[in-house]
Amino acid sequence: MATAPVLPGGFELPLEPRLPRLGSVDAVALEERAAALATRSIKREAKLFALDLAIRMMDLTTLEGADTPGKVAALSSKGIRPDPSDPNIPSVAAICVYPNLVPYALERTRGTSVKVASVATAFPSGQSSIDIKLAEVREVVEAGAHEVDMVIDRGAFLSGRYAKVYDEIVRVKEICAGRAHLKVILETGELGTYDNVRRASLLAIAGGADFIKTSTGKAATNATLPVQLCMLEAIRDVHEETGRVVGMKAAGGIRQSKQAVQFLVQVHETLGLPWLTPDRYRLGASTLLNDVLMQIRKERTGRYQNPDYFTVD
Amino acid sequence: MTKEKREIARRQDKAPIATAWDYAPAPEARDIVKIRERYGLFIGGKFVEPESGERYTTIDPAREEPLSEVAQAGKADVDRAVRAAHDAFANGWSNLRPSERAKYLFRIARLLQERSREFAVLESLNGGKPIRESRDVDVPLAAAHFFYYAGWADKLEYAFPNRKPRPVGVAGQIIPWNFPLLMLAWKIAPALAAGNTVVLKPAETTPLSALLFCDVLRQAELPPGVVNIVTGDGRTGAELVSHPGVDKIAFTGSTEVGKAIQRTLAGTGKRLTLELGGKAANIIFDDAPLDQAVEGIVNGIYFNQGHVCCAGSRLLVQESIYETVIAKLKRRMATLRVGDPLDKNTDVGAINSKQQLEKISALVQSGIDEGAEIYQPPCRLPERGYWFVPTVFTNVAQSYRIAQEEIFGPVLSVLTFRTPDEAVEKANNTPYGLSAGVWTEKGSRILAMAQRLRAGVVWANTYNRFDPASPFGGYKESGFGREGGRHGLEPYVVLDNP
Repeated sequence: MATAPVLPGGFELPLEPRLPRLGSVDAVALEERAAALATRSIKREAKLFALDLAIRMMDLTTLEGADTPGKVAALSSKGIRPDPSDPNIPSVAAICVYPNLVPYALERTRGTSVKVASVATAFPSGQSSIDIKLAEVREVVEAGAHEVDMVIDRGAFLSGRYAKVYDEIVRVKEICAGRAHLKVILETGELGTYDNVRRASLLAIAGGADFIKTSTGKAATNATLPVQLCMLEAIRDVHEETGRVVGMKAAGGIRQSKQAVQFLVQVHETLGLPWLTPDRYRLGASTLLNDVLMQIRKERTGRYQNPDYFTVD
Repeated sequence: MTKEKREIARRQDKAPIATAWDYAPAPEARDIVKIRERYGLFIGGKFVEPESGERYTTIDPAREEPLSEVAQAGKADVDRAVRAAHDAFANGWSNLRPSERAKYLFRIARLLQERSREFAVLESLNGGKPIRESRDVDVPLAAAHFFYYAGWADKLEYAFPNRKPRPVGVAGQIIPWNFPLLMLAWKIAPALAAGNTVVLKPAETTPLSALLFCDVLRQAELPPGVVNIVTGDGRTGAELVSHPGVDKIAFTGSTEVGKAIQRTLAGTGKRLTLELGGKAANIIFDDAPLDQAVEGIVNGIYFNQGHVCCAGSRLLVQESIYETVIAKLKRRMATLRVGDPLDKNTDVGAINSKQQLEKISALVQSGIDEGAEIYQPPCRLPERGYWFVPTVFTNVAQSYRIAQEEIFGPVLSVLTFRTPDEAVEKANNTPYGLSAGVWTEKGSRILAMAQRLRAGVVWANTYNRFDPASPFGGYKESGFGREGGRHGLEPYVVLDNP
């Protein structure tokens, strides 16, 4: 888009009347819309469709200090075959782990469709030097991780140093380009306003994000429906203006099937069917899977089963 | 690769790519509400047969199926109802301790909450509105109105400092078909709180929630005659308006009928409040949060199939963002789910009556004939029932009928403006003045616009929001008098000097 060249640096003056522009978000109306979509009543075949999709879109995650090779191996097996007693249950999209555990996840998932995602860039706070962050990204990409989940520098963002945030994303992207998918975590629970969420979304997309992701799962507030809606609208605006496709990942706090269905309904009614694929949408979750399996069994048989019938990994 | 892993990989590759996610029907159970085969008139605390002997059938507009037979009250019936109201007023209600009146109103409010599902289903069945709206808007707001005015009943002297309020007497109230239960609450709650008694006539096409409400009155043990419900068409309304025993008329409905009522009442000394039509402007400035503004546009005009007197039926968009807003609006309209009002996922329900459907169709045809550009999203409509696809007209001139007349249906006319002054001028350029909407990020502009818009309600960055504490009413041909809030008490009290 053309800008006026004679203005001093930083004073970007659009020479076209319409989008693209940063745009603003009205919090009350956004939350109202998110709440209205959450009242959709999804039943029977439509529910089974959503639950099956939720598994195929899931980034099965373990990000604990107590993670061990054994834990990661067990989780990987669970991701490959979530329900050994039911051959119709698909595998999850990916296993998401800390950098040092990437080799164990890779080993267990080799030959399957399940990808390995690694968090990086001083996850979850992002409070480290750029060199260390880049070194970490380089390491996980070289180890063979298919996807990198980086965090943005919220300290820089909240103090208005957007260029620093942007540069970091660009440099991480340079390492990932052609080798690994880049998901950029905004940690929306720390951004304070929906206007900030929108700004951070556009910043991440401009920096080269393949996906934008809500949260680390480590903050007090994680993925919420209005936050996702705000991010989906940013993705939609970018797509309409430029044709570029950016994926969305909601992560943190999604523990029940009902929530997962609500998040999917929102994607469906905001971005439409093309985004209802693991290539464009992910759910990051550690404990959601068994509830989804239980709900699928319930839809099929009409009754709930004892949780002991579902493996705990 | 093990055999097992290959099998999994194969399955994953063959995972079906979604071609559609059709939400399965999610109907609210209709058997929760019992509809009687026939209803009489609710007079003096019990159902009585109409002396007129006339009855008519009330239907479900979404299925064109009869629901019940209701009475067409004649002159003698209205007279009987007014007498019952008069007796109840004279024999205790007007002298009752105010806190006792409050007690009844609180009871009614709680009973409405307890029986909310029944009322929601009945409202959707008889009126065609989506269950999502009757469940989340109509019924909770109706209960909220009774709670709110229950609180005023024993505080009237504080509402009107240095004056001595006393009730007016018998209030004749005539309500429309777009929000049958909610309008009943808006009318009855302040009247009773102030110590009046009531004869209420529900709309011809939607009498059932008012008749079910009689059962709530019975449960609340409201003294007989304090509220009387007479059903019927315009003739019944005319009888009520011209009855000499009625001290106050409150009417919500069309401007045409409102004017006729005012003519009838001229010189009689009866009090009158009118809440009539509207052709509200919803004004979108170029700095507005666009996605939310689009939600506001949709909620402004497609809420309740556009059967809303304060609907944002004229969209005024600043020209610099016109294309973006229209593109976003069209895409959003394509996701509206039109169909069975009882389905919990329905966004737009059935048109209330055949007559209304014909009126909407005729006005839409006039828009096409006058040269406006029509857009309707692809939409499967049920075969039976009265339906109209959500419609938007672009390229509309201020002089077109669709920009001037109230359509009272899911039809939006889009106009553009260049400056705030032009927006105000266009918004005010209508005989109506009920409501308006302003969308902008700039707080000062909201206040400046609100001051200059001649409309009873101005919403800022939202639309169609209601609250019992907030007064509602019109300028110009949208009527006079306010409902809701402390202002809503005024029509129902005579203020003496202490």
